[in-house]
Amino acid sequence: MSERSEDKAAEPAQEKVWKSGSRLERLLAKGEFVVCGEMAPPQSADGSVIERKAENFKGFVDAVNLTDNATGIVRMSSIACSALAIEQGLEPIVQMTCRDRNRLALQGDILGAFALGARNVLCLTGDHQSMGNHPQAKNVFELDSIQLVDMVRRMRDEKVFQGGDELKVEPRIFIGAAENPFADPLEFRAPRLGKKVAAGADFIQTQAVYDLERFGKWMDMVRERGLHEKVAIIAGVLPCRSARGLEYQKTSVPGMSVPDELIGRMKAAEKPEDEGVKICVEIISQLREIEGVRGVHIMPVMWERILPAVVEQAGLLPRPEVGDEG
Amino acid sequence: MIVGKAKPVEEVVDMVQGYQRILVVGCNSCVAVCMAGGEKEVQVLASALRLAFRAKGREVQVEEAMTERQCEVEFVDTVRDKVEKAEVVVSMACGVGPQTMARRFPDKAIYPGINTSFMGQPEELGVWSEQCGGCGDCVLDQTGAVCPIARCSKRMLNGPCGGAQNGKCEVGNDTDCGWQLIYDRLKAIGQLYRLEENIPARDWRTDRDGGTRRIVREDVRA
Repeated sequence: MSERSEDKAAEPAQEKVWKSGSRLERLLAKGEFVVCGEMAPPQSADGSVIERKAENFKGFVDAVNLTDNATGIVRMSSIACSALAIEQGLEPIVQMTCRDRNRLALQGDILGAFALGARNVLCLTGDHQSMGNHPQAKNVFELDSIQLVDMVRRMRDEKVFQGGDELKVEPRIFIGAAENPFADPLEFRAPRLGKKVAAGADFIQTQAVYDLERFGKWMDMVRERGLHEKVAIIAGVLPCRSARGLEYQKTSVPGMSVPDELIGRMKAAEKPEDEGVKICVEIISQLREIEGVRGVHIMPVMWERILPAVVEQAGLLPRPEVGDEG
Repeated sequence: MIVGKAKPVEEVVDMVQGYQRILVVGCNSCVAVCMAGGEKEVQVLASALRLAFRAKGREVQVEEAMTERQCEVEFVDTVRDKVEKAEVVVSMACGVGPQTMARRFPDKAIYPGINTSFMGQPEELGVWSEQCGGCGDCVLDQTGAVCPIARCSKRMLNGPCGGAQNGKCEVGNDTDCGWQLIYDRLKAIGQLYRLEENIPARDWRTDRDGGTRRIVREDVRA
C-alpha cells in the first residue's frame, strides 16, 4: 500500500461530523468533564435580568439551562431568554416541556430556537401545572419527553416534520433529556433511560443528587446496559442555603431523595450557606469518581450568585476553550 | 359507568330563578348507581329547591320524574306529560341527558343539575375514580389493562415521569401513579418487556382532537 493511499484512507476519519456543533457537544467529544448551570428566567418582562444574571455564569459554566415555566410558574420563555443569553456570550440549553405545547408549537419553537442560535435543547415532559401558579390551566401533554426526543431527532437527522412533510433546513440540535434516578420504580429507571437513548438523546441531565447511594445503584444499572457509552450523563446538583430548604426538598418536591444526615449537617452548621456549598462540592467530587458521569449540572435555585464559588471550590476552573479543530 | 356529582343547590337555584313550575328529572342508569342523579337525589334536590324558594318568600311548584335512560329519546318520551306542564326542566342525568331532553323538547328550557365527571368505577363505598379516557384508540393491551390516558396525570405513553415516588403521582391528593400501576401489572403478568419498547406519538384524531365524534355503522343502520 502506498503512502498516498494511506493518507487518503486516514482523511475522512479526522473529519468529525457534528450533530449540532454546540460547545457542549464539542467539549463532551473532547472528553472534558462539563459544567452546566441552571438559570431561572424572570417572572416579568424585564430582559435585563438575564444580562445581570449572566455574570454568575459566564466563564463558570460551559452551557446554561433556561427553564421553561418550571414547576408550572410562568416566567419569560426559555427561547427568548436563550437568545438574550447568547447576546451575553453564554451557550444556552433551551428547556422545552410538553405541558404547554402540542407538536405544532413544539416544532415551531425548535425551528425558531435554532434560528436564534440555540444549539442545545432539553426535552422534558414537564411538571404538572397543579404545582404552579396557574393550577386552573388546561395542559397539553400530547407528547411525552421520549416522543419529543424522537421528534427532534427525526427533524434533525431525517429532515422530516412529525407529520411526515419534508424539512428543507433542519435544526441541528444537540438533544438532551432528563432522568430522575430517585423516582420510582427504581428498577425501571435505567430501562427508561434506555428508551430515551433509543429515541435519540445525546445527553442526559439528572435530578439533583444528594443520595449518592441510590445514584450509584442507578449508575450500576446504567453501566450494565452500556448506556453510559451511548449518552453523556450529566449529574444534577443543587447547592442548598438552609436546613429548612433542604427539608422542603425532601418532603415537598416530588421525586427527590435527601439523606437525613445532610439535613443534620445543615442544622448543626454555624454558617449554613457555607455548609451548603461544602456539601455540594463534596457531592461533585464524589460524582466525578463515578464511571459514566460526564459532567455536572448545577441548579442554584434562588441562589444563582453562589454558582461561581461552587465551581471554583469544586476545582472546575478554568473552563476549557473549544478550539475550531473540534 | 359515567360518574357525576350533584351541583351545589345555590347554583341550581340561580338557574331556575324566575320560574314557577320546575321539573327535576333523574336518570336510572349510571348516575343513579353513583348516587348523583337517581330517584333519591331527585327527591333531595326537589325538596332543597322548595325550601330555598320558600326561604326567599316564594312558593314554587317542583315536580319530580325519573327516566330509565335519559340518553335516548324513547325513554325521554316517558316523561313528556310532566315536561309539557313544567316551565323549566332540571336534568340530573349526565351531560347527555339534558341534551337529549333539549332535542326532544326544543322549546323548553333545560338546565343541568349535576356535573358529569368521568368514566370510572367505585373504589369503595363513597369513592369513585376515573378509569377510562375515552380516547377512541384503546391501548390497554400494551399497558396491562391500566389506562395511561386516564390514570397518568400527564397522559404519558412512556412513563413514569420523574415525579413518581412511593407509587404516588406528583399532583398529590393521594393519586396513584398510573405508571406504577402499569409496572406492577405488567410484572404480575410477565410482560415487563413491553416497557422497554418506545410507544410512538399517537394520533389524537380518535380523541376530541379530531372534532366532535360520531360513529356511523352501516351494518346496523335502518
